[in-house]
Amino acid sequence: MDFGFTEEQTMLGDSLARMLERGADAAALFDLGAGAALIPEEAGGFGGGGADILVVFRTLGRAGAVTPLLDSVVLGAGILAAAGETDLAQAAAGGAARIAVALDEPGQRYDGVIRTTAADGRLTGEKSVVHGAEDATHLIVAATDGLYLVDAGAGGVTLRGYGLMDGGRAAELSLADAPARRIGDTALLDRPLAGAILALCSDALGVMERAVDLTTDYLRTRKQFGRPIGSFQAIQHRMADLLTEVEQARSAVWNLAGHLDGPDRDRHVAATKSLLGRVARQVAEETIQLHGGIGMTEEYELAPLARRLLAADARFGDSDHHLERFIAVSAA
Amino acid sequence: MDMSFSPEDQAFRAEVRQFLRDRLPERLSEKVRLFQELGKAEIEEWHAVLNEKGWLAGNWPREFGGAGWTAIQRHIFEEESALAHAPRVLPFGIAMLGPVLQKFGSRQQQDRFLPRILNGQDWWCQGYSEPGSGSDLASVKTTAVRDGDHYVVNGQKTWTTLGQHANWIFCLVRTDPAAKAQEGISFLLIDLTSPGITVRPIVLLDGNPEVNEVFFDDVRVPAENLVGEENKGWTYAKYLLTHERTNIAGVGFATAGLAALKRIARGQVSGGRPLIQNPLFAAHVARVEIDLMAMATTNLRMLAQAAAGQVPGAESSMLKLKGTQIRQAINDLTRRAVGPWALAFPSEALEGANDALPPGPPEAAAATRAYLNNRKLSIYGGSNEIQRGIIAKSLLGL
Repeated sequence: MDFGFTEEQTMLGDSLARMLERGADAAALFDLGAGAALIPEEAGGFGGGGADILVVFRTLGRAGAVTPLLDSVVLGAGILAAAGETDLAQAAAGGAARIAVALDEPGQRYDGVIRTTAADGRLTGEKSVVHGAEDATHLIVAATDGLYLVDAGAGGVTLRGYGLMDGGRAAELSLADAPARRIGDTALLDRPLAGAILALCSDALGVMERAVDLTTDYLRTRKQFGRPIGSFQAIQHRMADLLTEVEQARSAVWNLAGHLDGPDRDRHVAATKSLLGRVARQVAEETIQLHGGIGMTEEYELAPLARRLLAADARFGDSDHHLERFIAVSAA
Repeated sequence: MDMSFSPEDQAFRAEVRQFLRDRLPERLSEKVRLFQELGKAEIEEWHAVLNEKGWLAGNWPREFGGAGWTAIQRHIFEEESALAHAPRVLPFGIAMLGPVLQKFGSRQQQDRFLPRILNGQDWWCQGYSEPGSGSDLASVKTTAVRDGDHYVVNGQKTWTTLGQHANWIFCLVRTDPAAKAQEGISFLLIDLTSPGITVRPIVLLDGNPEVNEVFFDDVRVPAENLVGEENKGWTYAKYLLTHERTNIAGVGFATAGLAALKRIARGQVSGGRPLIQNPLFAAHVARVEIDLMAMATTNLRMLAQAAAGQVPGAESSMLKLKGTQIRQAINDLTRRAVGPWALAFPSEALEGANDALPPGPPEAAAATRAYLNNRKLSIYGGSNEIQRGIIAKSLLGL
């Protein structure tokens, strides 16, 4: 039994952390190989396993970095690799191509109901909250009969972009007879989506760890009534409960990373995402409360962390959605 | 990263499983499964079976007659034992006193007491808590005054688990009333058959006299029964409390309890379908199962760290906290799963002899007893509030 990482994984995480500290941009991350580390060898990468995803995204979360690695690489290149579109997958992993993946449709919450249709190689439909769509060179679109590849600049493609709670951007996507090429069945989504959920949960874990560090420093230095507020038992016990839940979250992320390519993947996806979503909300709420007023301000570092944690719950199915999935998978 | 057990550990698990299949009498496992109280003879019977195999003291080094298991092997044994509903190995002699004598006891004490723990000649109980000393253990008031080659002990211990079966008790006693709280305490071994000792059972809210009060009235204890040095008992007590931490999370108990809960919930009907299919109830069960999956991995991560020589810090407090929350949640759901059957409460201690069979499935009466009895989980072994204090202190240092 080994809960640690390979030497290469540790080195990648360390160099990534150092680069991010110096304010590296997405191009620099791709140059380092952060993208290639997230897809398997047969698709031209050198990783793509659970532990690779965990190391990279936990580091990104800790640093608060907003990158295209989840959407364009884990999800986008992952689907392309599964579909045998190796060249484009490699281009996405190297940063030369940007992929946005359009699955959900307006008003369908997390149910995955798809109404977008394909006829004569053209797609028509509406897609909602498509992450990274404005920067994409290619779109992968789920239609009723499978997955399609769409050139982002093609006719019939309209985007209405907006900022997101986690600092990224997304768009509402309209497709009106947009030219598209079918690349495979929606079943191709299973592993890339599980990988993306692991990436999101690992990112959230990194964010939680950073939020806990900030809160710890604050409780040790902030004084009221002549004492550090961390010396008050009411504060200590809240913090102890929070740490215990973060420890649970850490183990849940390890569970999914360790079972990402095993027979129990679906069960672990549901368990981990449900637990992470719940704990992410709790960490956001509790760290704000433990800080008091300063935790409410945009100027202080906690604000983006709290929003990023809430975003992690709201994406790919929230904690209730995955609790239901867990029950369904367990009964099957 | 590799989440699977090594081939050696898997082989060990298979061996434990086979042993339990061959040697665990159903007579005992049925009682454990139904949370019925085991008698003294039944506990001793299981200890003897384990001792014959050399597995009674998994945590002891081989030189003292133990199995010398690794932390992971101990975990596997405890998990398999719980899943098979084996009686638990009583911790007082094996897990608590044994390691203290091995580390701090004299050669004579080791030779005299350790074999008797293994062969069942002695049944030890723990004399730590007092009416005025619960979480604040260093405030113990029971005194031991040196008189020639004896100590004279006066005072009272309480919450002494299964003390009614014991013939020996290890006690924290105050030997220097002038010293600061922790510094005047000694660790003393006392023969419970000595004149001046009274053991009085305390009936708990589950109807069982599981714990006792022990009174000491001018009890003369040979000075050779002092462990280590006089006034250094607090060090030994702390060692005892931190030594045996592998099973603090109770993963095996929780796993067995969850399986039982699901079995019961499949057999109960709610709204015309099995209770396990009631979405609200299923959500309660799923939530605790997901928590358990994570906690079990935390437990294994800590064991792997311990195996690599790292000393666990606040993690064992987190395991105690989360582990007891999970087990209490399972007990709560199990009691609620049997619905109105949970109302039946046949109790010999409260009603006198009662051989009426309780109504409902056999698990029903057990569910209520288990729920009530396991309220203790968050109180004993350092209450969960004490654990929160330890966790916060290790992080904040305040």
